[in-house]
Amino acid sequence: MITIIDYGMGNLGSIVNMLKRVGADVAVASSATAVSAADKLIIPGVGAFDHGMAGMNNGWIDVLNEAVIHRGVPVLGICLGMQLMCRSSEEGHLPGLGWIDAHVKRFRVNDAPTLKVPHMGWNTVTVVKPNPLIEVGQDEQRFYFVHSYHVVCSHPEDVLAVTHHGYHFAAVVSHANIFGVQFHPEKSHRFGMDLMKKFVEF
Amino acid sequence: MLKHRVIPCLLLRGGGLVKTLKFANPKYVGDPINAIRIFNDKEVDELMVLDIVASKEHRAPNFALIEQFASECFMPLCYGGGIRTIAQAQQLFSLGVEKICLQTAVLEDLSVVTRLADRFGSQAVLVSVDIKRNWLGKPDLYAAATGKTVKQPWLEFSRRVVAAGAGELVVNAVDRDGTLIGMDLALIREACADLSVPVIAMGGAGSLADIKAATDAGASAVAAGAFFVFHGPHRAVLITYPQYHELENLWRSNRGE
Repeated sequence: MITIIDYGMGNLGSIVNMLKRVGADVAVASSATAVSAADKLIIPGVGAFDHGMAGMNNGWIDVLNEAVIHRGVPVLGICLGMQLMCRSSEEGHLPGLGWIDAHVKRFRVNDAPTLKVPHMGWNTVTVVKPNPLIEVGQDEQRFYFVHSYHVVCSHPEDVLAVTHHGYHFAAVVSHANIFGVQFHPEKSHRFGMDLMKKFVEF
Repeated sequence: MLKHRVIPCLLLRGGGLVKTLKFANPKYVGDPINAIRIFNDKEVDELMVLDIVASKEHRAPNFALIEQFASECFMPLCYGGGIRTIAQAQQLFSLGVEKICLQTAVLEDLSVVTRLADRFGSQAVLVSVDIKRNWLGKPDLYAAATGKTVKQPWLEFSRRVVAAGAGELVVNAVDRDGTLIGMDLALIREACADLSVPVIAMGGAGSLADIKAATDAGASAVAAGAFFVFHGPHRAVLITYPQYHELENLWRSNRGE
């Protein structure tokens, strides 16, 4: 059972749709008690960091820490969901979940006037470390991004894949059972479907 | 560098898909679910669905139908038509829509943009600025729901919409709609030079060269209807979308690679 955390910040419908398409057993948890039945977790998220952490502070943090840190339940954070798993963000004042030793910074692309923030649209992802979610393929793999902030890991070995927008930034990160993707796999055609399928089978 | 998005725009009227000519004479072009499946298979960058009668008829979005669309779309989906409230927007996002497109509600009350952007983020809130040139060729702001021009200058309105929190603007040239004769590049240039948010140019695209011309004029993305649903001089219905490599090649020349 894959459980999607509904803490009030997500495009849940899209994620449910894609998980169903890849044949996964999906549940949406709108209260913390539902987390105990989860084999895997997804933390979605679209919006501002403090909004997201405020949602998390609404009864989710203890039960998520118990599942992810103590039970080792695999978790995938998507977009803001990935950023919330870090220690802090320039976008907000509240501390993050702190599962990944990383900070979230705003894009600084001032020296490239043609580049806009938010980084929005399709971009290619380059795998820098073999991992269970995304293959070191020969073919170009492209994903849909919408974000103004990006994750900066304290430990380079936590970065699985990078994307270029003015400079390279972490597009996929992981530490043990914790995974994060900056793009939206649920909206990235077969590339995203493949990644979601791999997370389901992981 | 990031490539530009190319976005099929489907017009909905009473549950069927239509294509208009200069915002009039809607011609039935088929079943929306079937069209969306085809566009999904063709791996389009993004898809826009606009209900062109909802606001005219003071109707809310057709949520049951949109839910079916969203379940077939594994790319970003933008919906517009009849959206007035936070609750409606919330329902659309929970069904799996990524972006909402507004117009009628914004012309009545600009603050709806701010309320929606504060709640869901600017990236999710688009405003369609429809522009019709008058007999002197001067561009006027146009209200699609009433079919009338609006006194407020279009660029001033666009600036206010951006300041209110819209994340993207659709700059739609009414006189070019469905014509396939090329886009209103002067309009696109003026909008893109002035506005800080991405502009989706729409109206008149009839070839890949037209799309390239619009992005050269500053558009972040190009949306088109007729170009993706009609084929040949008799406008036979055939859903098409350029191959990925065709689009890649289109912008390769000025990427300096």
